[in-house]
Amino acid sequence: MSYDLVVIGSGPGGYEGAIRASQNGLKVAIVERELLGGICLNWGCIPTKALLKSAEVYDKVNHLGDYGLKAEKAGFDFTKIVERSRAVAKQLNGGVGYLMKKNKIDVIEGFATLEAGKDAPKVRVKLNKGGEQVLEPKNVMLAVGARAREIPAIGAVSDGERIWTYRNALTPTALPKTMVVIGSGAIGIEFASFYTSLGADVTVIEALDRILPVEDQEVSAEAKKAFEKRGIKFRTGAKVTKLEKSKDSVTVNLEVGGKSEALKADVAIVAVGIVANTENLGLEKLGVELDRGHVKNDSHGKTNVKGLFAIGDCAGPPWLAHKASHEAVHAADYMAGKKLSNLNPPIPGCTYATPEVASVGITEQAAKEQKLDVKIGRFPFKANGKAIAAGEPGGFVKVIFDKKTGALLGAHMIGANVTEMVQGFCLAITMEATEEDLQGTIFPHPTMSEAILEASLDADGKMINL
Amino acid sequence: MTDILMPALSPTMEEGILAKWHVKVGDTVNAGDVIAEIETDKATMEVEAVDEGVVEAILIEAGTEGVKVNTPIARLAGEGGSAAPAPQKAPEAPKAEAPKAEAAPAPKAEAPKAAPVAASSGDRIKASPLARRLADINKLDLKAVKGSGPRGRIIKRDIDEALKSGTGKAGAASASTPAAEPRKAQSLEQLGIAPGSYDLVPLDGMRKVIARRLTDSFRDIPHFPLTVDIELDNLLAARAKINSALEAQGIKVSVNDIVIKAVAQALKQVPEANASFTPEGIALHHNADIAMAVAIDGGLITPIVRKAETKSLSQIAKETKDLAARARDRKLKPEEFQGGTFSVSNLGMFGIKQFASIINEPQGCILSVGAGEQRPVVRHGQLAVATVMTVTLTCDHRVVDGSIGAKYITALKSLLEDPIKLLA
Repeated sequence: MSYDLVVIGSGPGGYEGAIRASQNGLKVAIVERELLGGICLNWGCIPTKALLKSAEVYDKVNHLGDYGLKAEKAGFDFTKIVERSRAVAKQLNGGVGYLMKKNKIDVIEGFATLEAGKDAPKVRVKLNKGGEQVLEPKNVMLAVGARAREIPAIGAVSDGERIWTYRNALTPTALPKTMVVIGSGAIGIEFASFYTSLGADVTVIEALDRILPVEDQEVSAEAKKAFEKRGIKFRTGAKVTKLEKSKDSVTVNLEVGGKSEALKADVAIVAVGIVANTENLGLEKLGVELDRGHVKNDSHGKTNVKGLFAIGDCAGPPWLAHKASHEAVHAADYMAGKKLSNLNPPIPGCTYATPEVASVGITEQAAKEQKLDVKIGRFPFKANGKAIAAGEPGGFVKVIFDKKTGALLGAHMIGANVTEMVQGFCLAITMEATEEDLQGTIFPHPTMSEAILEASLDADGKMINL
Repeated sequence: MTDILMPALSPTMEEGILAKWHVKVGDTVNAGDVIAEIETDKATMEVEAVDEGVVEAILIEAGTEGVKVNTPIARLAGEGGSAAPAPQKAPEAPKAEAPKAEAAPAPKAEAPKAAPVAASSGDRIKASPLARRLADINKLDLKAVKGSGPRGRIIKRDIDEALKSGTGKAGAASASTPAAEPRKAQSLEQLGIAPGSYDLVPLDGMRKVIARRLTDSFRDIPHFPLTVDIELDNLLAARAKINSALEAQGIKVSVNDIVIKAVAQALKQVPEANASFTPEGIALHHNADIAMAVAIDGGLITPIVRKAETKSLSQIAKETKDLAARARDRKLKPEEFQGGTFSVSNLGMFGIKQFASIINEPQGCILSVGAGEQRPVVRHGQLAVATVMTVTLTCDHRVVDGSIGAKYITALKSLLEDPIKLLA
């Protein structure tokens, strides 16, 4: 069988790129060493959302009184919560299998390595079922993703017992009573939010001076306040010096402001970033250019090696599924000689904790660093009718426009449902909307999205409902 | 990997027909190799490779009409290029973008076949809100900016590039300034002509350009004709002598060649008639570059005799013969039919007595030459017979007023009636 394209890795980048390539008339195979759908479907985005939904519903049940409701003896079955999450992942994993079949994409289960080839690198697959298969495709798309970063020097290495990565945190056998989360990015915060909801005593450690450090400073501050209100403790500006395990606990030693501290917990979760899965693939021998472990690619996903494309987490930050999918689909169109949209849209980021955080474009701090002349609008959900009616008055919408041109540069939101609302801003930026377009759009009443309209109006001092 | 783009083979070219490929996928090309033939509004021309490499994909099939300038038509794999997919698959997408009538909503840039005028001219300009704002702030004319967004939408990046290159700056003469709103064409059915009662000949590039340019010219330029009769007996006698002298060299000078020479020489005498209107002022041309209308299959083209005022009759005769022959084969290069300063159209060979041509922009005048024929003339109160032809000068009133036109046509008449003056 001769393939036009072999995709290595079936995460949200790989499988979507494979489908688009197949739609473009290319003969495609996809190599997966483990489960179709990759980390996103099986061990990341999706199963965590299942867990977080359980937690959110449980939180609501615990506050039924706020809504004039009553129920006896709220409780949960931890095993069932985890089982539900696994079932959701399994369903979607099956869905990817179906999509591969539907698009006539051959799925090859095994571990791929690359060797020098003619049009593109040769792909040698060590098959899971035994034996090997060598493919000589016209193009290869590297979509091998990344994994949790561990730091052996300080003992931050997962053992599945006392020290976890996201992967262990998704399939716990018992609910820890106390927990330390190292790292306050989206992954760390989501697990902190989940385990807090179920009653664990959680402390989050962040090396930088604020949590969710990629978000706008105001959002970081609001998030910290909201999480603290829920009982999560934070140590910011804290350096973890050593993790020490005992039989039934782990002690996280840290330094905060020159003082040493030791936090003892049942479990520590290591969420300090990721490492690209670029080892043992034969990349060095092929001469593939890497940058701190990530494959270097151009705006079409091309690497420096003929016929070799790289997309998604293995090709650098931001490490987000939708970034991987977008890159992969673009590369699949490019290799088929299709006309490309060439828009270079901004990449949104979401954190699915309670409250949720969502943003797209630049922060106020970045605007300052770039010396941009901006105007900023804000609107709190506490002045939004729907948010009050829904009992979700926390958080706000913040928008940043270029002062002169009105270009929408960034939008930052924290509150209930904001991850479902940020797409409006994404579309606005992609379409190159200005403040006038947002201000002149009719938002449905009553919705929380009206805060988008009000924040846009506020940028020109024309806010109405506050 | 390098994309080969549809070249603009002339300043007025907006789209063309990719007539023929000279290469196929897998061929190695070197800079200068002829890789394709493109039929433009004016001629069929060869496209040469600029880069070297291996043809990786043919993106537009031969025979595709309405290929916009700058559309990728093929891809070359240079160093670090990657292999293409099965080549027969690749062209699907771009092909779908050709302005076939049945293709779903045609992108803005593609002129629908039914419209005689380039679609871009009257259409709403597609631009993002931010692009509009930026154009406004920077006083840019959006009409002059090429859109690179979906379906030719002008986006911020295009404005940034236009600002860098200076395109579309207010006041700058822009080649791409489109014409006014085109007339809304009613369908033949609406006008009472039954469907099926006629054959529809598709508009080729040349027909579209003729339709657009002459509509623009006739509508937008205030023009007027000046007509005189010119006696040709002296000219015919002189021509006979000249031709017998040149016979050995195999050169034959036509009446039209002498007209071209005289037209050029008259322009030296009345340089105000050798002029073009521009928003900045009237351009007075240094040379008399005489464009001669040549009828060809499917239209006409106007090859140019450059600096005709400096050339001998035999030179002009040789040139016009060569230009006309190559025009009919559609083998003229753009510089051979673009940029004339004055046009001559001759329908004398068809027996036409008198006609007034439409101004060939940006030229200030066009001369229409009728048939030379024996006519009664009055000389010293006596009837006589003379060979006479009627010529009409159509003038662009913005540059050539009646008195200048009259002065010019009188000078021309004097040269043609007494051709010895051509030697002066």
